[in-house]
Amino acid sequence: MDFADAPEEAEFRQRLRAWVAENDPGLPPSSTDDAYWAGQAAWHQSLYDAGFFGLSWPEAVGGQGRPSVYDAIVDEELAAAGAPPRPGLGYLVHGILEHGDDDIQRRFLPGLVSGRERWCQGFSEPDAGSDLASLRTRADRDGDDYVITGHKVWTSYSDDADWCIVLARTDHEVAKHKGISAFAIAMDQPGIEQRPLKMINGITKEFGEVLFDGARVPAANMVGAPGEGWALAMTIVSHEREPGELGYVARYRKLVKELTARVRDEPARFGDEPRRDLAWAIVEADMLRHHVARRLSDRLDGITHGPEGSVDKLLMTWTEQSVGHAALAVGGTAPGSDPTWLAVYLYSRAQSVMGGTSQIQRNLVATRILGLPVS
Amino acid sequence: MDVRLSAEQQALRDSVAQVVERLGPTTVGRLDDRERTAKLDAAVDASGWRELRTADDHAAPWATGVDVAIVAEGLARGVADVAFVGPTLAADLRRAIGADPAVARETIALHHDLGALGADVAVDAAGAAQALAARDDAVVTRPVGSPHAEVDLTRPSAALHDDSTAVGILAADELTRWNALGLALTCADLVGTMQGAVDVTCAYAKERRQYGAAIGSFQAVQHLLADALVLTEGSRSITLHAAWAADALPPGEALAAAASAKAYCARAARTVCETAIQVHGGIGNTWEHLAHVFLRRALLSTEMFGGVGPSLERVLAHHGIGAA
Repeated sequence: MDFADAPEEAEFRQRLRAWVAENDPGLPPSSTDDAYWAGQAAWHQSLYDAGFFGLSWPEAVGGQGRPSVYDAIVDEELAAAGAPPRPGLGYLVHGILEHGDDDIQRRFLPGLVSGRERWCQGFSEPDAGSDLASLRTRADRDGDDYVITGHKVWTSYSDDADWCIVLARTDHEVAKHKGISAFAIAMDQPGIEQRPLKMINGITKEFGEVLFDGARVPAANMVGAPGEGWALAMTIVSHEREPGELGYVARYRKLVKELTARVRDEPARFGDEPRRDLAWAIVEADMLRHHVARRLSDRLDGITHGPEGSVDKLLMTWTEQSVGHAALAVGGTAPGSDPTWLAVYLYSRAQSVMGGTSQIQRNLVATRILGLPVS
Repeated sequence: MDVRLSAEQQALRDSVAQVVERLGPTTVGRLDDRERTAKLDAAVDASGWRELRTADDHAAPWATGVDVAIVAEGLARGVADVAFVGPTLAADLRRAIGADPAVARETIALHHDLGALGADVAVDAAGAAQALAARDDAVVTRPVGSPHAEVDLTRPSAALHDDSTAVGILAADELTRWNALGLALTCADLVGTMQGAVDVTCAYAKERRQYGAAIGSFQAVQHLLADALVLTEGSRSITLHAAWAADALPPGEALAAAASAKAYCARAARTVCETAIQVHGGIGNTWEHLAHVFLRRALLSTEMFGGVGPSLERVLAHHGIGAA
């Protein structure tokens, strides 16, 4: 039981610290400004090229095969330097590693891991949100291809994506969970229309609608077997709920650090209430960091795709929303205030919805961890 | 970095659970069973858990902060009415001073608000003959009166007699580190209390039926219990770090880590224990039901070494933004 670095980890940390000091691109806080996403691809590639991303994934797909606790070191150092967090796409990697065959893994994972190819995730639909299995997008076989028709929504970064992992119904005769398959579809084609959606904090890069109207995907791009789409979706969302996979510890600690500096610089401006909100944000961010260290350590025994991600998602959500409240209290809303902090606060409201609402997470914790009866 | 419990730590956790399973109170009525409490105390005595923080040949503790946190959590999970945190902190204090181990059973004395080492009240005083107390800059022993349960029905406190014997002087850094261990151990007690409350309440929600169904099948109840479990897990993670930090980090950082954990755990524990009472309905509001025993234990652990307010102040001070 040791939170401290082993010698090899300490060496890695020193190397990373020196590299970040020279290579921080100085992007605005994540999800507060469209400039963030515009610079994120270059940040991803530079982090990867320097050997600081994809650490725990297999070497065969572009990773380094290191223990997953190295990701905790990356989070700590990025936050300490005030650099952007690492790209949060591990959930897609785990989904493809778990369900894709060797051919799929070889063709798609290296580009995803290195950041050379950008991905989005076509799961939710206007009439299939929390009840994802009722999705209606269809994939109809036509020769060596499938033809995709349907409407996806909340598809983050779809307008910049090269690829989309899309869930579509391939069998209309079986129970709704069993007729879904997953495909890796190229986004640059005539049968796909993008419609960006503006979020409540004003950013336009995160939310989007994607209309598939006769878009084509080779049958060889099916990820997993026919009907395996639901299982793949569950693997993906179980990791999409993990702050250790998303790198969000760095995101929250960076914000808390900046808010703390603000109060330290002008102590007379801040009374007991903003200080207390900030103290809770510090405490929550501490908790999440240690929780992630515990979860990533558990992976030294082997990775699982179980319901524990729902516990992590609720802890992450409470942390983000506590940081959001501190941003509101310290950043202020008076005319002339720095709009970044209001944007941080408003964006935090999405955390209890994205990746499965907090209500869905509580259902999963209650029934799959506590063993309470399904109603 | 590898924060998994070692095989020895897992074995320690399991043996604590076995003692609690065999000799813990399990009902409010059994709190008065003197034969059982004597057997529980004898079992803890035989285990040597209360001596884990005594000095080895190099004046270091025999066991880590994490080890004693594991014991504290396990005992609290079954609201075990046996002294542990007090005697453990007394042993650690003697070690830090460089004093010989106590000959008589010993606990610690705190300030009347329970926030720091003091000379007003001996806590966790079951079976104790004396308490380590503060006198100006010195640490002294003082005999204690007969213990009586107040807020916490499982860990009585006791008055201090006047006569005192000097034990030694505690350096500022050592006191800071000792406070960090005190906070971490009370956090571990809170984590155990929360887990025990969740265990008991989930079992009840699976059995109790209304409208022809187990109440645990209703989402309104499920969501309360889910939140309780999630708060318990977050508390466990931050407490593990605090318990590790008490030995491994410089004193100021150890104290800040412990204060952050204490703020988190204290707030969480009150919510979790209140949820336990709520889900039990009417029976949860009766003296005979164990639900209030968990809440009461949490209330004492919260105040020991500082609850939410003082802990948040410590966090702010550590970040250089304390009250002007």
